[in-house]
Amino acid sequence: MDSILSLLAAGLLQSFEPLNLAMIFLGCFAGLFIGAMPGLGSVNGVAILLPVTFLVPPTAAIIFLAALYYGAMYGGAVSSITLGIPGASTAVATVFDGRPMAQSGRADQALMAAAIASFIGGTISVILFTGFAPPLAAFALKFGPQEEFALMLLAFATFIGLGGDDIPKTIFSILIGLVLAAVGFDIISGQPRLIFFDMVEFQRGIPFLVLAIGIYGIGEMIWTLEHTKGAIQMHKVDFGWKKIKQNLGRIKDYLPVSTMGSFLGFFVGTLPAAGATPASLMSYGLAKSFSKDGDSFGKGNVAGVAAPEAANNAASTGSMLPMLTLGIPGSPTTAILLGGMIIWGLRPGPLLFAESPDFVWGLIGSMYVANFVTVVLNIALIPVFIRVLAMPFSILAPIIFILCVVGVFATTDRMFDTWLMLLLGCVGYLMRKLNYPVAPAVLAIVLGPLTERAMRQSLIGSQGDPMTFLERPISLTCILIAVALVSYPLVANMMKKRKATSAAG
Amino acid sequence: MSVRTAELMMGVCTLLISLGLMWSVTSNDLTVGWIEGRGPGAGMWPFWLSVGMALASIWTLVRWMRGVTAESRNTEPYIDPETVFMVGITVAAIFLLLVMTSVIGLYFSMMLFLLFYIKGIGKHPWPITITVVIAMPVAIYMLFEVALNKYLPRGWPFFENIFLHIDDFRYAIFS
Amino acid sequence: MKILKTLTTSVAALALTAPAAFAEWQPRKPVELIIMAGTGGGADQIARLLQGLIQKKDMSPRPFIPINKPGGSGAEALSYMKGKEGDNHTLLVALNSFYTTPIIQEELAIDVTTFAPIGRMAMDTFLLWVNSEREDITDLDSYVATVKDADGAWKVGGTGSGQEDSILTAMMEKELGYDVIYIPFPGGGTVAKNLVGNQIDSTVNNPSEQMEFWRAGNTKPLVQFNGTRSAPFEDVPTAKEMGVDIEYYMQRSISGPAGMDPEAVAWYQNLFEELFNSQEWQDYCKSDGLTCDEWISGDSLAAFHEAQLKRHVELIEAVGADSITSK
Repeated sequence: MDSILSLLAAGLLQSFEPLNLAMIFLGCFAGLFIGAMPGLGSVNGVAILLPVTFLVPPTAAIIFLAALYYGAMYGGAVSSITLGIPGASTAVATVFDGRPMAQSGRADQALMAAAIASFIGGTISVILFTGFAPPLAAFALKFGPQEEFALMLLAFATFIGLGGDDIPKTIFSILIGLVLAAVGFDIISGQPRLIFFDMVEFQRGIPFLVLAIGIYGIGEMIWTLEHTKGAIQMHKVDFGWKKIKQNLGRIKDYLPVSTMGSFLGFFVGTLPAAGATPASLMSYGLAKSFSKDGDSFGKGNVAGVAAPEAANNAASTGSMLPMLTLGIPGSPTTAILLGGMIIWGLRPGPLLFAESPDFVWGLIGSMYVANFVTVVLNIALIPVFIRVLAMPFSILAPIIFILCVVGVFATTDRMFDTWLMLLLGCVGYLMRKLNYPVAPAVLAIVLGPLTERAMRQSLIGSQGDPMTFLERPISLTCILIAVALVSYPLVANMMKKRKATSAAG
Repeated sequence: MSVRTAELMMGVCTLLISLGLMWSVTSNDLTVGWIEGRGPGAGMWPFWLSVGMALASIWTLVRWMRGVTAESRNTEPYIDPETVFMVGITVAAIFLLLVMTSVIGLYFSMMLFLLFYIKGIGKHPWPITITVVIAMPVAIYMLFEVALNKYLPRGWPFFENIFLHIDDFRYAIFS
Repeated sequence: MKILKTLTTSVAALALTAPAAFAEWQPRKPVELIIMAGTGGGADQIARLLQGLIQKKDMSPRPFIPINKPGGSGAEALSYMKGKEGDNHTLLVALNSFYTTPIIQEELAIDVTTFAPIGRMAMDTFLLWVNSEREDITDLDSYVATVKDADGAWKVGGTGSGQEDSILTAMMEKELGYDVIYIPFPGGGTVAKNLVGNQIDSTVNNPSEQMEFWRAGNTKPLVQFNGTRSAPFEDVPTAKEMGVDIEYYMQRSISGPAGMDPEAVAWYQNLFEELFNSQEWQDYCKSDGLTCDEWISGDSLAAFHEAQLKRHVELIEAVGADSITSK
């Protein structure tokens, strides 16, 4: 422990050097900005890292990167809340309550909660990272396809009750999301599947972002257009010290869920292949299941913003762990980072901690500082973000439409996907008008490919024996928790009824 | 069209889509069953999920017939005329934006789109319109192309060549 | 000064309205570097290293942008290249699925011999790896005995049905007379991690994918499929030494789409030759067990591709296409 503390101290000291501190500010700012663009997440932000790399030493570059990473994670919440468009898959769950809050004029509260929760998530996860990196890496190795599948079941289970009150329509929404996720080449057999009208463009599959931006970007904007008839959305921009103090007083409302989300997010984030998206979804689902007034979720409950934000920030720190210790990317961002590290002559792998301590601890140290800088920067910028909402809708809407098109194109490099986005957006709007919930479809397209692949890998390995999921302790535990989560509302309901009857009798 | 009719049509559409998906899987010669010793075949996942979609659609149709859902009892218009106009013109404008992007490139079509929307629909004064029309493409160019190293569509070769001169300036300054 | 120079040249170009006025062809927009495999694998590492080196050494007026298109064992990347016919700003970072995927998936109708041959950056090798905890397995013989004992339940990880490692696995099954279960994972990095975590029993990985785990003592190589022992695996016997007739390499080459301008091809050939001869690249080859002795480009690379294609047709025929795909 002593050695960890002294190493950490050295790392922190390093991040306070003028150049490195400048890098932190620059990175946070750039990240916040990029993350706030619909469609752009930390993956895109990392692209600007490479040129910077050749100007500054590797440690300063990685510090810039960590700052950028944090900034983008915070920024994702900004577009989710103010525009209702998830910047990245990690911020989908933030839309559920963030958007309603902004619509009812509580955007400042939502943004504040997102910032604070992100800070909590970032802090808890970086402390866990500092203290338990090696044992956690060992734990992550125990995760095979069976465990991944069980984890995905758990993620789906946390989402019971997220859909609308119309059961068949909710089921349809989940299923179509899962089917759309299967489009393209099948990784197990290498065969093309569901190539509609024999268009080669479908071979690559339908990226999550196309559906999410279509539904939440185009669809939501059309929806708003219909309901406001192009009127101004919000009139007053009022955010001063008093407001900040008031909002700080509300922390206790979401402190427990943020803490829960942070731990959950970090652990899920460390598992390769999982990443921040399932983490944020699970955190939201759990917060809702265990909340006293679960019904207010989805209608603007501040805990519904805090829980996923804490989790996705924690998970993004967590996903650095497999990258640094195993050399495998847990998230697309770390994949790009991996390339950068090789150029610097640093080899991610089990020996990195021992061979390049300056680098690793410089990174960890800068995570602490970057996290702090980002929360301050973010709170300071809330008035600017809110001002966006005060723009006349007939100016804001075309700008958002263009950002949606550019955001999709920039992520997938195909005009085809922008067409698909428009189509899915319109269809989504028409279905939403008929009380089809859209959120389950968006979630299913994220989790679908992971679930199917893990299930089939496990079954190939066990020669088709489905018992393999129950024979392994971690997988069994996850499945049991999933079953408990699914039955919990039923049991609770029954208990209530029984109580009611016994009281009556 | 009333909401009631719309729900029926949507139910029928989703049912047809599900059947189409099932047909797509089987006609592509994918194994929809369980392969002994290997678990599910490549087509199992999409096929049976599509079956589920079809069942959910039928369920919705049954509920519609019985009038269980609120929508099936609602005889108000599905989309009122004012909204049809507003939404229709927006979707058409985005459609044209995408078509034009392939021809004259994203930047020029973006400017036309903004001009149409802000001046034509929003009826904002010229100074605001011009500011946004100019500032938006510049901002997008700086963020996506200069900072993030992306190459956004420039349209047909003629328009692409015009733009490449702008790129030459940019690389002269920022490389 | 540089700004001034470019300004004057671009003004001159505007005046002439003919880009041909430039003495030499140069990329005028960012160059896409299409990778036919997932992130973290050998091809991905190489592409990202090359991108960095090009930028660091300021070798190109426009940046190179790596893009992963791993779908369908590289079919996605190949289809993409096919659609880019005549384009001067797209390159493919190829590996052996460059040959195998068009053979196995005939319906793609892709003829890789039409692609513009830019240069071969390296010959990569394959080794057979097991987890170091498997103390019962010390060499190829004990490996074969253990696999046979497992009676068809031995799990081999790989990067996808029809990928080169699935062919090599099928070749081993045929030569050594055993059956294994082949489980596909997305990318060589994930395969390596699953071997360390004991989720799979063995794998054929490239050295770059296993290097760090090997150095940390998590995994051990049993046999290499090179013709002769290569650094840094001087202690590992080749398959031929063990009396098993398997010799298999992985080519790492760069190709352009069909119909690329000859001037552009020449420019890229020069660029990659310079990269190939750079200290950084040669160092990387040495540390990661790649063979980078000879630079091949142009016609000789085309001839190499043709010979390899022929060899892969024979190989796939010999093991049977059904044994590497799993329909």
